[in-house]
Amino acid sequence: MNTLASNAKPTSILYLDGVSVSFDGFRALNSLSFVIEPGELRAIIGPNGAGKTTMMDIITGKTRPDAGEVFFKGTIDLTQKDEAEIAQLGIGRKFQKPTVFESHTVWDNLELALNRNRGVFSTLFYRLTVEDSSRIEEILSTVRLADRRDVLAANLSHGQKQWLEIGMLLAQDPELLLVDEPVAGMTDAETAETAILLKEIAKTRSVVVVEHDMGFIRDLGVKVTCLAEGSVLAEGSIDFVSADQRVIENYLGR
Amino acid sequence: MISSFILKALDRNIVIAVALLLAIAALVPALNLLTSPDHPLHVPTYIVSLFGKYLTYALLALALDLVWGFCGILSLGHAAFFALGGYAMGMYLMRQIGARGSYGDPLLPDFMVFLNWKELPWFWYGFDMFWFAALVAVLVPGLLAFIFGWFAFRSRVNGVYLSIITQAMTFALLLAFFRNDMGFGGNNGLTDFKDIMGFNIQSNGTRSALFATSAIALAVSLIIASGIVRSKYGKILVGVRDAESRTRFLGYRVEHMKLFAFVVSAMMAGVAGALYVPQVGIINPGEFDPANSIEVVIWTAVGGRGTLIGPIVGAILVNGGKSIFTAAFPEFWLFALGGLFVLVTLFLPKGIVGTARQFIERRKDYRKAKADEAARAFAAEPQAAE
Ligand SMILES: Nc1ncnc2c1ncn2[C@@H]1O[C@H](COP(=O)(O)OP(=O)(O)O)[C@@H](O)[C@H]1O
Ligand SMILES: [Mg+2]
Repeated sequence: MNTLASNAKPTSILYLDGVSVSFDGFRALNSLSFVIEPGELRAIIGPNGAGKTTMMDIITGKTRPDAGEVFFKGTIDLTQKDEAEIAQLGIGRKFQKPTVFESHTVWDNLELALNRNRGVFSTLFYRLTVEDSSRIEEILSTVRLADRRDVLAANLSHGQKQWLEIGMLLAQDPELLLVDEPVAGMTDAETAETAILLKEIAKTRSVVVVEHDMGFIRDLGVKVTCLAEGSVLAEGSIDFVSADQRVIENYLGR
Repeated sequence: MISSFILKALDRNIVIAVALLLAIAALVPALNLLTSPDHPLHVPTYIVSLFGKYLTYALLALALDLVWGFCGILSLGHAAFFALGGYAMGMYLMRQIGARGSYGDPLLPDFMVFLNWKELPWFWYGFDMFWFAALVAVLVPGLLAFIFGWFAFRSRVNGVYLSIITQAMTFALLLAFFRNDMGFGGNNGLTDFKDIMGFNIQSNGTRSALFATSAIALAVSLIIASGIVRSKYGKILVGVRDAESRTRFLGYRVEHMKLFAFVVSAMMAGVAGALYVPQVGIINPGEFDPANSIEVVIWTAVGGRGTLIGPIVGAILVNGGKSIFTAAFPEFWLFALGGLFVLVTLFLPKGIVGTARQFIERRKDYRKAKADEAARAFAAEPQAAE
């Protein structure tokens, strides 16, 4: 089922080949293949139900594929690992619906996300070091939440929650970041700021962004993959993809 | 490491609660032992034992709060850990009877003689030693919680399903302990205790000592529980409660997090049971009744889930109410308890302590807002003058 040039595999950060998964007979992913290069920022678009979230579920170990290969950094088989292992390998994920710890403060949310020893006993006796606290400060200002550090996450606005979750991913310090619809429900100003933030983040790591907002995708100005019915429809620059006849029929035309 | 753990544990509320517990641990026995029965401040021995029993219930509720309040694990089987701790202590107390039983066998407890057993079963060995029984009272509940939790949490059994299997666990133990051939006294359980560590179990002094030990055990457990929930680990527990998948995708092994809390909680419940049995003088399979575990949930909910102090308050108030109520209308207690649970769920979802805290927070916010407003008005004034 080698639909991709296998020579891309060793140098890639993320490699999906012929990935399929069905739910009760419904094929959510249908032989999906794509490759992300190290340091790349990639946008993924596609109609609702195209399988974008399912694809992230597969990469992060939440769902097991029925068929196909998923490799991280060319050699690590992600289909054999669970969520915690994959997170510890350096893959972070932002959910479609902002998911933060509502009953903790912004600061505590970041502290919990910090990439430190995650065992029971090391967290039980953990003490905040100067290094960790300056790292948290740094992230607070990156995600523009410095003045809200002591606020409970539950009391943040929707956009701020999205940013806090992105901040948590930064604290996790992953090599690959998967971001599911980060600007859904944001104001235009917030959307523009988020594009800047993601581009900033992508300077030091690989990022995959799923989004519907075409303006946002244009702001990002990166390679775009369009999914439909569980497989890749077109891939290339935003202008190239949006000129594709099938993309217009399946997605843009709707 | 340990000292910072304890320092973090001791916030103001916990310090007050611990101080209160230590004060009653000294005061109640003093008022029982050092005052004459007609003194107005005299505490009669039956009250000492009654409140000693409430304190063990409070410890059981605290144990439940650690997993339910902070990790979202609604265990409906916590009374099983309590009962196992109780049985371990009961076995020690049985062996303390020695040749003073009705049948006068120096080694075998009465029920074994009655069943015509010739030898002490192997699992009764060692229970002539207090330290051994005390260890078993903690380790056996811990081990059961470990095995149970290992499978349940690894297979990601959550919510209602988890609650149901905890009920099944305690029910299975109920049936097992009812059987005579299990070797734990069957239907009648273990009773007719005489001595504990060489002291007469009925004496005022022993009763007072058991009361004080219960209060101290509760205080120590409160500090441990508070240290746990205030640590980074405790914050992760709350994270698991509120957004389990987020915790997983941050790289935490949720099953390990849950397992540790569950085992610690079961051990606390075991201690509670071990202190309960000498104060009530009996342990029988009825303690495994699924309804008992549900009562613990009600105490915790009434006092305030997720507050540590709430469950203690709830356990004492509800059981105090039960003692008074059952004296007047014994048949209606279960209805009253059910009604109480419904009322609390509807009108006091955070429980007594949770609601009180919320009220204090609101007052603080309000006062702070007022102060801010005043400060702003003050700052604005000179400008107006310019
Ligand atoms: N766990 C699941 N069980 C059943 N169906 C699912 C599950 N996850 C996703 N699906 C289905 O798979 C399809 C793709 O969903 P999703 O990946 O969420 O799409 P997208 O994120 O592109 O909008 C949808 O039709 C959805 O209903
Ligand atoms: Mg989606």
